[in-house]
Amino acid sequence: MTPYLSLSIWVPIAAGIAVLGFRREQDATFARWIALAGAIAGFLVTIPLWVGFDTKTSAMQFVEYASWIPRFDIHYYLGVDGFSMLFILLNSLMTIIVVWAGWEVIQTRVAQYMASFLVMSGIMNGVFCALDGVLFYVFFEAMLIPMYLIIGVWGGPNRIYAALKFFLYTLLGSILMLVALIYLYSVSQTFEILEWYRVPLSFGVQILLWIAFFLGFAIKVPMWPVHTWLPDAHVEAPTGGSVVLAAIMLKIGGYGFVRFIMPIAPDASRSLTGFMIALSLIAIIYIGFVAIIQADMKKLIAYSSVSHMGFVTLGFFVWSQLGVEGAMVQMISHAFIAAALFLCIGVMYDRLHSRLIADYGGVVNSMPRFAALMMLFAMANVGLPGTSGFVGEFLVILASVKANFWIGFGAAVSLILGAAYTLWLYKRVIFGAVANARVAAMKDLSRREFWMLTVLAVMVLWIGIWPRPIVDVVHVTAADFLVTVSHSKL
Amino acid sequence: MTMQELYLLVPLAPLAASVAVGLWGPRLGRSVSHWLCILGVAASFVASIVIARDVYAGHVFNGDVYTWVASGAVKLSVGFLIDPLTTTMLLVVTFVSLMVHVYTVGYMADDPGYTRFFSYISLFTFSMLMLVMSNNFMQLFFGWEAVGLVSYLLIGFWYERPTAIYASLKAFIANRFGDFGFIIGLGLILAWFGTLDYAPVFARAGSLAGATLTPWPGGHWSVLTAICICLFVGAMGKSAQVPLHVWLPDSMEGPTPISALIHAATMVTAGIFMVARMSPLFELSETALAFVTVIGATTALFMAFLGVVQNDIKRVVAYSTLSQLGYMTVALGVSAYSAAIFHLMTHAFFKALLFLTAGSVIIAMHHEQDMRRMGGLRRYMPITYVTTVVGALALSGIPPFAGFYSKDAIIEAVAKSHVGGQAYAYFAVVAGVFFTGLYTFRMLFMTFHGPERFREAAPHGEHAHAAGDPHESPWVVTVPLILLAIPSIYSGWAYVQPLLFGTWFGNSIDVRAGHAVVAGLATEWHGPLEFALHAVATPTFWLALAGIATAAYLYLVNRSLPAKIAARFSGLYTLLVNKYYLDAFNDWFVAGGSRWLGNFASRYGDRTIIDGWAVNGSAWLVGVASKAFRRLQSGYVYHYAFVMIVGVFGLLYWWGVR
Repeated sequence: MTPYLSLSIWVPIAAGIAVLGFRREQDATFARWIALAGAIAGFLVTIPLWVGFDTKTSAMQFVEYASWIPRFDIHYYLGVDGFSMLFILLNSLMTIIVVWAGWEVIQTRVAQYMASFLVMSGIMNGVFCALDGVLFYVFFEAMLIPMYLIIGVWGGPNRIYAALKFFLYTLLGSILMLVALIYLYSVSQTFEILEWYRVPLSFGVQILLWIAFFLGFAIKVPMWPVHTWLPDAHVEAPTGGSVVLAAIMLKIGGYGFVRFIMPIAPDASRSLTGFMIALSLIAIIYIGFVAIIQADMKKLIAYSSVSHMGFVTLGFFVWSQLGVEGAMVQMISHAFIAAALFLCIGVMYDRLHSRLIADYGGVVNSMPRFAALMMLFAMANVGLPGTSGFVGEFLVILASVKANFWIGFGAAVSLILGAAYTLWLYKRVIFGAVANARVAAMKDLSRREFWMLTVLAVMVLWIGIWPRPIVDVVHVTAADFLVTVSHSKL
Repeated sequence: MTMQELYLLVPLAPLAASVAVGLWGPRLGRSVSHWLCILGVAASFVASIVIARDVYAGHVFNGDVYTWVASGAVKLSVGFLIDPLTTTMLLVVTFVSLMVHVYTVGYMADDPGYTRFFSYISLFTFSMLMLVMSNNFMQLFFGWEAVGLVSYLLIGFWYERPTAIYASLKAFIANRFGDFGFIIGLGLILAWFGTLDYAPVFARAGSLAGATLTPWPGGHWSVLTAICICLFVGAMGKSAQVPLHVWLPDSMEGPTPISALIHAATMVTAGIFMVARMSPLFELSETALAFVTVIGATTALFMAFLGVVQNDIKRVVAYSTLSQLGYMTVALGVSAYSAAIFHLMTHAFFKALLFLTAGSVIIAMHHEQDMRRMGGLRRYMPITYVTTVVGALALSGIPPFAGFYSKDAIIEAVAKSHVGGQAYAYFAVVAGVFFTGLYTFRMLFMTFHGPERFREAAPHGEHAHAAGDPHESPWVVTVPLILLAIPSIYSGWAYVQPLLFGTWFGNSIDVRAGHAVVAGLATEWHGPLEFALHAVATPTFWLALAGIATAAYLYLVNRSLPAKIAARFSGLYTLLVNKYYLDAFNDWFVAGGSRWLGNFASRYGDRTIIDGWAVNGSAWLVGVASKAFRRLQSGYVYHYAFVMIVGVFGLLYWWGVR
């Protein structure tokens, strides 16, 4: 059997290392093409995961199991289920787009830039398919390094502050997680995550473990009130960095809830349901208001991401099939929409070198094709039916109303707030008469930019019109997950 | 071609045209683009006629096209329900849309966004058809939001105008307030029925009549009342009922053809259609029906007042639309669903007609919309004039024009009803008749009669009209006017019998025994002629005539009097001109309040408390504590990471050898 998961991890990493061989300025073109080839190869090896995936079981598939550090019973143990498989495809596809997006934009240290993204892509695939606690932790921590470099080297003027804030914030979150992993080993004598689902734990221990994991993953999501690193990181990151951050890295937070927190500490999770729902609703509503008044486009979309990720945690903690599936679709959909919006902002930034809304106005006059595509993504961000943004929000709102009228009421407020901040942004930036001579001089999308956004547009529409294939992948896993977490471990 | 394929053709033909023109419009050129779109809608119209004959023969269809999402026991599908109610809407939507498509060829002839406009209106037609053909709530919501999207795009069609893009944003957000209620309603339906398909929900509605939900300890809400009111909040947004009506007058910033198609004939009636479709639910909640009645009555009367003081020709028609939507809503509230749909249909014809004639006037006036600068146009635009008169008579409810039959049926139905708020509603709909006559004929007289004010120089000089008289619009404009004038004349007496008192709607509308006001009317029914003759003896008819006579006196005979009245009652006049100050309130409270809240949360919540105290505070604490360890700090993050990884393995090693 071909080890597709290993390939999905190591092909991009190997390509990244290979690209590093072309660090000289005159070799930049080689670096780009090799990076693109590596990214495409990395995506191709994940396609069998989709094709060969059995949607009728929640068992791990494409499993690879080998001894790594026998002394501590640490294994190189990989596998995917309905929760993780889609993220690997998503990540690998996004890597192609990111390499493509940086094609002409990045002119300094091209090889290092491309290598960082390829290596990070492989590492993040590792995060999603690692089934051994230590292996997971290594990938989880390692992915910070390339992202730190991406922000710190190719970022904006305040990049060092943002990179450090990003690094320390997330590192802080994961320290306690390490303690939790080691504790779990000490009680179960294994690092296999799936075994931990079966270990009985007292309520007090579950609460402590819950807090330890929660800090690590809540910062990643990010949930209110540990979200303030995200706007800074986005603002300073180069476009590609923002895309990966929003599309993939935040999803690791959501993934952590279903892979670790809820099945390992089900009783604690259930008793903290109210807490989680409160934080999620604060994210949806409070952050929605904060997004409205942002003057910086990237900050606005960053806050919008926090608000949308609120639906993910909300969906998990209403404890229903509809909620979990809605949350998963929301993560996939948000990846495409947020990536597209950050790319749109990047397209404008490349022309005007400003992210401030006030510097724009009337872009549609000089960039009509761009305006049309961005309208689609704006509407997807608003959650319009027919786009992917609708599916997750709709399912989660339905599930919330079922759980409690007022939870649904709170979640539905996003219908208004999402429209307000997204379309007000669009109105000020895109519509109107040409604001100034620099806007008038903006060139419409190049062929590269057009196709890069069109790929995302197709995905957004496809998931919106026919989300069933996505939901079917998640379906059985989600159903069995709910059974697992319904069993008390006391 | 099987019937099922025909059902698919109805929405897909306009969609295909829209996508093709949207993507390749500039390359296809103008005439190919408009022919594609016109043919797409024409195909839908013809298919709708075939479907209508089939449905009339008794064939109702309810089936899924594909499964959108299957999640556990919940299956969300895209599917069609083809019954008499749907068919009525299909005919109205495709016919008016076809007329508007043809009219657009003339109206938008000089516009650089010509092909984009056609793409949008075809997309709109697709969305509206998906809405009315749906067999489930999810697809209804899809259509609901999709028509809202196109409305947004079309109101802001002239995107360089600040007023237009402001109006489009306002329309979308006001509608979202409605959708907020609507989606909660869908959530409640799914929670209590376990499905979002119409048929099982309606079948089981009766069994939930006594069910309550507990919004707070000790509180009891009837589940069905909560569902109905939530859904109706959605209708209040889309069908512009008080207080969510604020977007509709501003939507007149869009090109006139879409004012006719979207903001008069079809999209704004989606809420009316929706409530009629949900009649099996609304019938079970007296509270919800009373709520609907009161909101509708308020809209019908208070928006008619505003129509009287408008000077923009399109805004008069817009406020008239609001008022007429109020009539339809009242009809829903008193369980006269068939009367509401009947009025929806006749209104679609005569209101689309009035908007298109207004557009024809606007073309002749070189895009001047202020009636104070018009007058005397009947000599120059005979076809427009005659068709406007037809529309005005129909709107005012003068027999035998279409509006008379539908509006009088509503008024009679309200009289027979016992729903909560019935007395107020009856007063509102009867008093509204007078003001309808007044504002309608005020518009007619100011535009087509009296002195030719357009010859005077405009006060600001921005409209220095080219020399030459205004002239009648080209045939692509006048032919749709004539084709819409015909049903504005005859559709009342021709269809009142089958729609209200016949078996046309069959099982698609559900009325409970205690609410059967239309059936009550049927006992007094002796035919359309007798209906009209009887009406002449009622105060309603004379009120309408009085309204027309008042308009004639004020705007033909004693033309200085309106200004004197305005000055005499300046307080009331100011209130009306400022639209009851609702826009100002929304700007201050809703928009201003949200920005204030956002600023407050951002400045104090995010920056002061979280970043200031928690994040930087702990950083400061760490800084103080680590002064002693300063020598160990190199400041390079990779050193830290390295030390950390070494630490991890050290820890593990210690664990292993222990």
